[in-house]
Amino acid sequence: MEKTTLFDKIWDAHVVRSVPSGPDVFFIDKHFIHEVTSPVAFLNLEKRGVKVKYPHRTIATPDHNVPTVDQDQTIKDKLSRMQVEKLRENCKKYGIELHDLGSAHHGIVHVIGPELGITQPGMTIVCGDSHTSTHGAFGAIAFGIGTSEVEMVFATQCIMQSKPKKMRITVEGEIGPGVTSKDIILYIIAKISAAGATGYFVEYAGSAIQSLSMEARMTICNMSIEMGARGGLIAPDETTFNYLKGKQYSPAGEDWDKAVAEWSKLKTDDGAVFDKEYTFDAADIEPMITYGTNPGMGIKVLGNIPTTEGMEGSNKTSYLKSLDYMGFAPGEPVKGKQVDYVFVGSCTNGRIEDIRSVAAFVKGHKKADNITAWIVPGSKEVEKMAQEEGLVKILEDAGFELRQPGCSACLAMNDDKIPAGKYAVSTSNRNFEGRQGPGARTMLASPLTVAAVAVKGEICDPREVFQN
Amino acid sequence: MAYDKFTVLTSTAVPLPTENVDTDQIIPARFLKATEREGFGDNLFRDWRYDVEGNPKKDFVLNDPTYSGKILVAGKNFGSGSSREHAVWAIYDYGFRCVVSSFFADIFKNNCLNIGVLPVTVSPEFADKLLSAVTENPSTEIEVSIPAQTITLLSTGESESFDINSYKKDNMQNGFDDIDYLLNMESEIDEFEKTR
Ligand code: SF4
Repeated sequence: MEKTTLFDKIWDAHVVRSVPSGPDVFFIDKHFIHEVTSPVAFLNLEKRGVKVKYPHRTIATPDHNVPTVDQDQTIKDKLSRMQVEKLRENCKKYGIELHDLGSAHHGIVHVIGPELGITQPGMTIVCGDSHTSTHGAFGAIAFGIGTSEVEMVFATQCIMQSKPKKMRITVEGEIGPGVTSKDIILYIIAKISAAGATGYFVEYAGSAIQSLSMEARMTICNMSIEMGARGGLIAPDETTFNYLKGKQYSPAGEDWDKAVAEWSKLKTDDGAVFDKEYTFDAADIEPMITYGTNPGMGIKVLGNIPTTEGMEGSNKTSYLKSLDYMGFAPGEPVKGKQVDYVFVGSCTNGRIEDIRSVAAFVKGHKKADNITAWIVPGSKEVEKMAQEEGLVKILEDAGFELRQPGCSACLAMNDDKIPAGKYAVSTSNRNFEGRQGPGARTMLASPLTVAAVAVKGEICDPREVFQN
Repeated sequence: MAYDKFTVLTSTAVPLPTENVDTDQIIPARFLKATEREGFGDNLFRDWRYDVEGNPKKDFVLNDPTYSGKILVAGKNFGSGSSREHAVWAIYDYGFRCVVSSFFADIFKNNCLNIGVLPVTVSPEFADKLLSAVTENPSTEIEVSIPAQTITLLSTGESESFDINSYKKDNMQNGFDDIDYLLNMESEIDEFEKTR
């Protein structure tokens, strides 16, 4: 029998029809929507006189644009309010399940899907948001789509897709102390560049990946898009099954056993061929941070910003433009640079484990005076756990401001903006110019590094700050 | 939504050699608050085009009256980042129908094809040639032909062919979109859904 990859198995099982010398008609099991990329799709649907075909396959939540304070009150910003109201209206009209602001499972779409057990191995999942790749951590094919495609899924539960090429990234060995899955993915992106996986779908494998918790795996898959990949996935295993067991939407009883039997088959065959392979040694990975304006511009926290040696033409101009935006010079170290804000949150690192690790590190410490520290849980559920576990108290004692769930300063569509020219060390996923507010300077790092920076007030290595 | 048919486009072009232009630059997140697809062209490259007071920045190419046209010749790795189709709406609404680069991000490319903006991938050498020809002589015309799958620098006659699958090619030439195709296979999809 032909040896196939995990990706092939799931993809091929979802092709309704292959268009000759064209794309595949690709069936979507689950569709997540939010307030920003859905209204125009709904509007166009209406113009065509078409209904949502399988409403039970779509799940909605408002996250991108919502305030992270006073969520029980009417949203002040008129345009945000209109988007959220449109989402409510449309969900009601078409019978779509909505996890609204303030409800028990409100949160960032990529946090609540897994939390509720909606995300399961072997599924195809899309959302009008590029970080849909997060759900790949469960051994699902999950990727972001544009609004036209959101409309297609509403109307037909299918989209037209050409099958991407396949890449495998293997990380072997043991991860060092103070190093997290965020560092692993920042390291990988720095190695293969922000465009290095464009045209590919990635499978992450190897002992270092297998050793990670589901939450840590989600952080890795989440950032697949930051190296240009459509998505990334990890073969499901005991860790996956244990995470899903007993979740609200997970199969139960006999169905559970059947599901686990099926899910256990979801692996890449030995000898299956990938279009491209990379292998990294976990021992080489240290705490990472970005210094530029794309996620591929990352170095060790203890490293120096690369010089322009070997660069020329528009490559060099673009590089210098990026450093100029950040206020950095080629060749200098980042350690010791003053920071103004820290942000813990987003679908990359806004889950309970992230908040636990920040709390464990800052316990008994205080944030530095020059730092404004925001912590934004990824969902209501995360917020609730953080309260019950006493983490909120620890964080507040350390001077962190805890806000309500949402995307918040990850993309700064609401009021959570980093002021122009200020430096933010952030657990989110994009350091693009202006991503966290016009003129904001973002450096991406792990929750541990962010905790250390909050305490020290400058760029530092968490291994030096928290020695015990 | 269906869009205007696209067969052969002959136009001057606007050069933007910056590499890794992400969708947050094409349209910053704070302009994604609309519930209708209107007016996005005004905010195309907003923060590169205007200062904080809203005054045009003179050194940005869209504010330079020397350059105009329906073709945007861009640097490498154009359109990375977010899946926001608003980025392509902004490009379309501003008046571009074709973006040329030696490398595009995937989702961006898909989004372009879905709304009738043609992404043309050329070799890095040809991209450089186009960029310098257009930059040096703003009246340089470029011809993009979907039927022939070629892009030609009319001043010198230099030409390159580009890839587009035959399904998308038909769509672009006829102004069709994928939904039309999918709606026509309703019963086939229904049958499939039952097995899931
Ligand atoms: S947290 Fe950031 S990356 Fe994640 S869905 Fe929200 S805006 Fe997108």
